[in-house]
Amino acid sequence: MRPDAAAALEARATTLTFGGVLRSEWTKIRSLRSTVWTLVATVVLTIGTSALLAWAVSAHLEPSFLADVDPVRDSMSGLMFGQLTVAVIGAMAITSEYSTGTIRTTLTVVPRRVTVLTAKLTVLACVVLVCGLLCSFVSFFIGQSFFANATVTDRDGAADTVTHLDLHVALTDPGVLRAVVGGGLYLAAGGLLALALGALLRNTAAAISTAIGLLFVVPLLANFLPSAWEANVVKWLPTNAGSAIWSLRPTTGDNPMLGPWTGYGVFVAYVLTALLAAAVLLRRRDT
Amino acid sequence: MIEALHLSKRYGERLAVDDLSFEVLPGRVTGFLGPNGAGKSTTMRMIVGLDAPSGGSVTVCGQPYTQHGSPLSTVGALLDARAVHGGRSAYDHLLSLAHTHGLRRRRVQEVLELVGLAEVSRRPVRGFSLGMSQRLGIAVALLGDPEVLLFDEPVNGLDPEGIVWIRGLMRELAAQGRTVLVSSHLMSEMEHTADDLVVIGKGRLISSCTVDEFIERNCRTEVRVTTPEPARLVALLEEHGGTVRSEPDGSLVVGGLDAVRVGDLAFDGSVRIHQLVSVQASLEAAFMELTRSSVEYQASPSVGAPEAEVRS
Ligand SMILES: Nc1ncnc2c1ncn2[C@@H]1O[C@H](COP(=O)(O)OP(=O)(O)O)[C@@H](O)[C@H]1O
Ligand SMILES: [Mg+2]
Repeated sequence: MRPDAAAALEARATTLTFGGVLRSEWTKIRSLRSTVWTLVATVVLTIGTSALLAWAVSAHLEPSFLADVDPVRDSMSGLMFGQLTVAVIGAMAITSEYSTGTIRTTLTVVPRRVTVLTAKLTVLACVVLVCGLLCSFVSFFIGQSFFANATVTDRDGAADTVTHLDLHVALTDPGVLRAVVGGGLYLAAGGLLALALGALLRNTAAAISTAIGLLFVVPLLANFLPSAWEANVVKWLPTNAGSAIWSLRPTTGDNPMLGPWTGYGVFVAYVLTALLAAAVLLRRRDT
Repeated sequence: MIEALHLSKRYGERLAVDDLSFEVLPGRVTGFLGPNGAGKSTTMRMIVGLDAPSGGSVTVCGQPYTQHGSPLSTVGALLDARAVHGGRSAYDHLLSLAHTHGLRRRRVQEVLELVGLAEVSRRPVRGFSLGMSQRLGIAVALLGDPEVLLFDEPVNGLDPEGIVWIRGLMRELAAQGRTVLVSSHLMSEMEHTADDLVVIGKGRLISSCTVDEFIERNCRTEVRVTTPEPARLVALLEEHGGTVRSEPDGSLVVGGLDAVRVGDLAFDGSVRIHQLVSVQASLEAAFMELTRSSVEYQASPSVGAPEAEVRS
């Protein structure tokens, strides 16, 4: 092996670089069929549920609801489900390395552990962002086709009166492009939160259930808070803060929301805190 | 070149590695021996920075492993052959590692051919036998053409042909001037492969020397003799300072006297002898003797664990 192969090798520069680690992490993600399928599932689930809910809302409006209709948010509600499969991808990007033991090979070859985490989160963020943008744009356009011909039923009188309204918005309308792109940004940040939890907990089931608990269950539980609290607390919860970026209206139900970028900033702050904790522990812990 | 200096590792109450100092030299195969639980794997993890030492230090080629600019071409390690994602192909596994250091696809192909996995390199690893996984682990270790190689129990799961192959490979790597450290809990695996031995027990260094020195120091030579008049011969030999025990087959094993002396004594005493051979206690036996005593030595002073538990 030595003479020819080694000579060839010594001629090449073999140093550990961040770019190299990025390529490595990209190879890891794309070479697992399970990741690819989970991404496909995310797209199908998000677009499917978005379309279903957009149809349901647009076909069953009542005059009193009209002020609450958000033609962007209501055509991308499937993102709430998409974030579940994204959480699985994010968590497993690192927990599968722990469960299989690959993490030891990874950290032996790349002993700079924060570099590994940074490369992982960069690749994950890009992959989920692309997938998320696909979801949000397709959902948006399907939703607008429903909202272009929304059905409003007035049940006030003895007989229902049905009218049809065009409620759709265009990408060029104020805030709309931001909200649709925001759908992709929201999923990307959610994926990173799951990655951080995966790195902290080093266990697939624990990381995924914690992520789903934070993103999905906590907002539901918040509904049971006393209403005086609700207005002040709910908007700061990760999901609610993060969702401001993909909404046009500044409320969810009766509760005020943070501004789009403020809300997303708060969400990202949660994510960064978790990532920072993950980086500190990754450096400190034995593997 | 690997240098460990007062290396220690504590896991909670348990001292897995205890003040271990040794040197592993280039151009030689060094056998890292110790019974299960002796601390071999822990030491190897500390060499590559996966576990942080509780005390002491270890360097590879003069500096801590994690400070090398090109870790993959400094140390190649096979720590756990099964540590691969089952859904990934051998090729993609190697490729992902090669990318970190800017190695080409051709190098991945080269190591796959070297370990004999080229044919199956596109299949998911979950279908690999343990032997194939070991070969993949070896391919990972060789990928960066490293100066130092660490193999943790590489022979596990290999078929006889694989064992011969890996022994040859280790000899070849050492002949190329590389440092090769191979762990095992069986002396028999090392005696024809290793030049040097680092023997540990309960985390402590028992012996660090060449294989020849180890034999010289630890393998007693005994004399096996058969005679129709054992009682007379035993009396005669013991009178001249020999220790004698009888074997189940009726022969006598004599310590403390060499074969010539035993023959002469029998002749002088007119005892008939049918067989007289000099036998060296096996390395394996010597190793077991050494490590067993280390367990006993460890039992009393240190952690205070009950003896029964320590022996188990
Ligand atoms: N991560 C760990 N946590 C706790 N104890 C450990 C850990 N790794 C190893 N040990 C303990 O340290 C001792 C040495 O283990 P190990 O290095 O695997 O031995 P060997 O490889 O020689 O069989 C054993 O008693 C083992 O139980
Ligand atoms: Mg071991």
